[in-house]
Parts: sequence; structure tokens; C-alpha cells
Amino acid sequence: MTPQIAVFIVLASVAVAGAVSLILQREPIHSALSLITVMVALAGLYLLLGAEFVAAVQIIVYGGAIMVLFVFTIMLLNAGLEERTNVSRMAHFVGVPLAIVFLIEVAYGIGRATMHMAPPVASPVSTRDLSNLLFREYVFPFELTSFLILIALLGALVLARREDSN
Amino acid sequence: MNEFAAQHPILVVALPKIIVVLFVLLTALAYLTWFERKVVAHIQARWGPYRVGPHGLLQPLADGVKFLFKEDVTPAGADKFAYFLAPFLALALAITSIAVIPFGPKEITIFGQATPLAITNLNIGLLILFAITSMSVYGVALAGWSSNSKYPLLGGLRSSAQMVSYELALTVSVVGVILMAGTFNLSEIVNAQQGFHWGFLPRWNLVNWPFPQVLGFLLFFTSAVAETNRAPFDLAEAESELVAGFHTEYASFKFAMFFMAEYSSMITVSCLATILFFGGWLSPFPQTPFWAWTHYIPTVVFGVAGLALIIHGVRYRTAFGRVVLPAMGLALCVLAFLCSRGGVIEIIQGPFWFLLKIAIFLFIYVWVRGTLPRFRYDQLMGFGWKVLLPLSILNVVITSLAIVWTGR
Repeated sequence: MTPQIAVFIVLASVAVAGAVSLILQREPIHSALSLITVMVALAGLYLLLGAEFVAAVQIIVYGGAIMVLFVFTIMLLNAGLEERTNVSRMAHFVGVPLAIVFLIEVAYGIGRATMHMAPPVASPVSTRDLSNLLFREYVFPFELTSFLILIALLGALVLARREDSN
Repeated sequence: MNEFAAQHPILVVALPKIIVVLFVLLTALAYLTWFERKVVAHIQARWGPYRVGPHGLLQPLADGVKFLFKEDVTPAGADKFAYFLAPFLALALAITSIAVIPFGPKEITIFGQATPLAITNLNIGLLILFAITSMSVYGVALAGWSSNSKYPLLGGLRSSAQMVSYELALTVSVVGVILMAGTFNLSEIVNAQQGFHWGFLPRWNLVNWPFPQVLGFLLFFTSAVAETNRAPFDLAEAESELVAGFHTEYASFKFAMFFMAEYSSMITVSCLATILFFGGWLSPFPQTPFWAWTHYIPTVVFGVAGLALIIHGVRYRTAFGRVVLPAMGLALCVLAFLCSRGGVIEIIQGPFWFLLKIAIFLFIYVWVRGTLPRFRYDQLMGFGWKVLLPLSILNVVITSLAIVWTGR
């Protein structure tokens, strides 16, 4: 077992465990913490694939900025413990089997598609190459995306303001 | 031994480096508290710590022992997990960030393995530092929330809002430097600042063409002080309003961990300001034969300090001080002598200038705390969003235009 595979197994199990605990925790802050764990583990996986810049940005944007907003909102609203209800009959008889079938299908599909693929060579992608791609080749979609985000931001602001004036 | 080193570079090279840096850092943290108390005391015309050891030099040790032996209480109704996690998170993140700081230009050789004077030399060093900074909000926020008490909650809320707001200005203010250096690698950023204008003015980013980053530096340092929750931006622990803010309910060593985290981030910010704007380990004097005498500045500084310590120490009030102070002076004199020897004199230049610049920044940190009054909360938010952020964006725009204009 190479060190890469060992690190991958550790990071992947941390990510999956975090995702499971995100759903199972009843305290909203604990769920948020689990989600942060998932984000950081994912950043580690990106780093393992040689994508340094993406890994750092993953932590800065998702682990830092967005999750801080989550935690901040939970703290500000002082959200209480989540209430558990018994699983509805519909979910029990249809939802759970469907979820299991779906999982098996996805696992089978990924397994078949990657079985004969050579493992990817982790060659570091330099930030310079990445920015050349983003700002030369894909500059139009890139700017369009940022424009979309700006519109969403302004829209949220307008909605919040309208409620305020009433 | 050399073969063993080649087979296990992590064990022989990386591990000792980590241990040495950690040891130096933790000692520096302890004595930074002493330094801060002394400087603030003298600003306020007091003496500061004076009783424990000569000039209070053993005060950090006494404080540490006291923290260890205090009762460690957990408030009723606290969220146990988050309450324990918060100080660990704060301290671990603050200490980790020192790992990417380069301390000098020369590669040192340990058992035949050449290695840079830093724990790691990453291509995305600066981004890693910002990633760690963005995560360090959680220590404060979780501490405030998990204590199940109103003042910590208010402190935690305040500081998470503050840190998120100032992180923006902090990140944008260094973009000018990144544009000029063309890299995120901290040692390459320093190397890009080599050389001199007109033979005497160092080409540090603060005064480098095409656009001197004076504005960038002021923005960076202001938002960094806010980001580390230090006065005049220490609203998270404003004692006149919130008792002690987010760490009101913490006692014993968990409280000490928050303190160490704060001082550790002060050191990191000082390192970063030095590297980004003041040429890191580069000497402020040109490396020409005419300026060769400047290589003896470390010797002179250590020697004079050592002699002064000996002369002052032999007349000290207590017998203990009359032994310890001259001994320290003697050690400094030996260090000064070593620094003048060939071989050592070249290696010492980088770390000496680097540590001197860091010390100046740490002094400014304490100086600011000792002289400026605390912001009001609405002023703080207004200042961050309406002044710092637009100015830092302006700095980015002007720097980019200047770079395109001069075609560099």
C-alpha cells in the first residue's frame, strides 16, 4: 500500500464519517461542524490529486467563508435541538429500498467505468496554468458566472430590503 | 548516518526542524506576554512584572505553572464537545501557520540533506495562510456559543462578524504584492524584492515600482490587527462591556490556549508583513564591498546588548539577578563573537534581519494596544466595509494598471 492510498483511505473515511454524522447529529452546530470536517477532508483529497490551488480555495471559501455564515446564523437564531419523528410509512417501504438500489447502482457504475482505467498520475497543476485557462480560454463563462452570482446577491438584498420597509 | 538520512528524510530532517521551530515559537510566545506587559506598563508609567525573577523574567514560567494548577471548570449546560474543541482548534490552527514561514535564504544541510530554512516551502504558501486564517474564526465562535452564557455568546457573535468582514480586506490588500511578485510562494515573493533603487533604496514591495504598496501595507496591517482580535479591534473581549468576551467561562489551561493562540497569530502576522512588504530576510543595505561592514551589525547589536546587560546586572538588587543577568549578557557576548566568524556571519544575516523586523512589528502591535482607544462596534463594521474594503480594491486596480502600463 503506497502512502498515497493510505492517505486517501483516511481522508475518504473522514469525509464519509463526517457526512453521516452531519445527518445523524441533533444539535445544529454539531451538524455544521461535521460539514466543515467533510469540506476539509475534501480539500485534502484535492491536494492528493495535485490540485493545490483548488484545495486552498476549497478551505478558504467552503470551510471558511460559507460555513462561518452557517455557524453564525445558527448561533444568531439560537436554533434548538432537532426534533425526530418516526419515519413515515412511505419512506419506510419505498424510500429506503430505493435509496439502497440507487447506491448500489452508482457504486456499480463507477466501479465498471474505472476498473480498467490507469490510476491518475498526481502531477501538481500550477496556479499559473489554472489562471491562464480561466482568464484566457474560459474567460467568458467565468465572467458570466461571476455576473450571475452578483445578480443573485443583489436579488437577495432587494428581497431583504422589501421585507424591512413593510 | 547520511544513508539513513537519505532513506528517511522525514525522520531526520523534517521532524527535528518541526521540534526546533515549535520550541522556539512556544518560548517566544511565553516571553511575548512578558514583553507586552513590560511595554504597556512603561507606556502607562508603571514598572510591570518585577518580582518573579530579575525584571520579572520568570513571570511567564510562573504564569504557566499557575494555569496548569488552576481548577478546570466546565459551566453547567455547556456543550461539552464544542467547549473542549474550541481552544484546541484555536491553538492548533494558530501554531500550524508558522509551518509555511521561511526564515532565511540559505539552505542548511542536515546529514547530507539540503533543506530550506522553513518547515515547508509551498507553492501556495500564502493561500494556506489565508485558509488557516479563515478557519480560525471557529475557535472564537464555538467558544462563545458553547459556554452557554450571554457574554461569551455576544463576544463570539461580534468577533465572527468582525473576522469575516476584515478577512476580505486582509486578502484583497495583499493582491497587489502577489501581482508584483507573480507567485504565491513566500520565499519567491522575498526573492522578487532583491536589488536596490539608485544603489541605496531597497526594492522592497513597500517602495518598489511600478506601484509602491504603501497603501497596501497600511490596509494589510490594519485588517490583520482586527483579524487577530487585538486592540483597538478587540471587541470580542471588550472587558468594559462583555466581562472577557468569548473566553469568559474558560479557566485553567484552556484559557491559556486561547492566549497562546492570540500571541501566535501576532507572530504570524508580523512574519507575513515582513515577508510581503519589507523584504523578509533581505538586508536593508546593498551587498557591495562598500557596504560590507553592515555584515557586522548583528555582532555589534548582540555585543552592545550583552555588555549593557553585564554592567547593569552586576549592580542588580537581588543576588539571583546579579548571577542571572550577567550570565545572559555573557551568553549574548559569546553569540556576538560567533556572529563575527567566517561561515556563521553569512548564515546569520538572513535570520537576524528577519527577526529584527518581526520584533519591530511586535512592538508596534503592543504600542498600538497601549495608546489607541477601542472602536465602537458600528464604527468597526463601518470602517471595515466602507473604508478598508474599497481602498484595498482601489489598490488592486491601480497596481494592475501600473503593471500593465509599464509592461512588466
